[in-house]
Amino acid sequence: MIKRFFLACAVAFCFNGMAVADVAPTDTDPVAQKRAMELAAKLRCLVCQNQSIADSEADLALDLRRQVREQIAAGKTDAQIISFMTDRYGDFVLYEPPVKGTTILLWVGPLLLLIAGATTMVFLLRGRNREEAASPPLTQAEQARAEALLEGRKAGNYGSNGKGK
Amino acid sequence: MKKKLLLMIPLLVFFVLAGFFIVGLNRNPREIPSPLIGKAAPAFALPDLNAPEKIVEIKDFKGQVWLLNVWASWCVSCREEHPLLVEFAKTHDVTIVGLNYKDKAADGKAWLRQFGNPYVVSVMDADGRVGIDYGVYGVPETFLIDRQGVIQYKQIGAITDQALSEIILPKIKELKR
Repeated sequence: MIKRFFLACAVAFCFNGMAVADVAPTDTDPVAQKRAMELAAKLRCLVCQNQSIADSEADLALDLRRQVREQIAAGKTDAQIISFMTDRYGDFVLYEPPVKGTTILLWVGPLLLLIAGATTMVFLLRGRNREEAASPPLTQAEQARAEALLEGRKAGNYGSNGKGK
Repeated sequence: MKKKLLLMIPLLVFFVLAGFFIVGLNRNPREIPSPLIGKAAPAFALPDLNAPEKIVEIKDFKGQVWLLNVWASWCVSCREEHPLLVEFAKTHDVTIVGLNYKDKAADGKAWLRQFGNPYVVSVMDADGRVGIDYGVYGVPETFLIDRQGVIQYKQIGAITDQALSEIILPKIKELKR
């Protein structure tokens, strides 16, 4: 029942949107139309938060698209339209957050992590090299024993595990 | 010693991440902080729901501490909060203005008859333009506006008993002082 109600709403809103689109002031101008689409793709729909207002069929997205088209027709610049949106809905309405004090970590964070990772790796590898260099070379007896052990393991492997095959 | 410290790093990283998650996961992603708080409430001049020939303007409420409640007859959560508003209007001396958002006048009027009318006046925002000016994205929403016409608080979603008694009422008292 409720589902049907929502469906009916959605359908009603679609027609609503089409009616608006029919008289949309930018429809006859392909350049303005393209601008409207590009702007709409940059703006987040606040109802269905993972869609831009270009993708969303939510009622609010339709209204915001209408706003974008009207403002383009009124000769507003992209920056003016974007700030119209952020004045009302905050930076959240932008898919790409602006660079400022509160978002700086967001922008440089990945770089910081990369630097931290690279530094750690360099130190670890250097440490390992130094360890290897610092360990004294094997004596002849040790060398012989090591070889015997390696050989023995091979022989043992073939010997004891051979019964299966 | 140095090695022990190095071994502590994963644990530290874990605690930092856990901290982020504890804060982040307890937030409601639907509640987007409004940039309008602390700013002048956007002006409007809209027809009265009950007397469409009469235009109600924001300056009519200058000098009052008032609530602007965004509602609609199609809004499910509005039914949830409405009894609270009706009760609140009866028991407290506060001006509540309704913004009937993207609704049909007949539906809005019928709704108020059915559920009660806590509003001194409801205005019709049929095409939702004033709603956009107020950054409305989910009805119901409620704005607390002070004597100078500055938005002091925004409730996103239905008003709860808790929000009313712990946030809105104390703020109203403070602003009326």
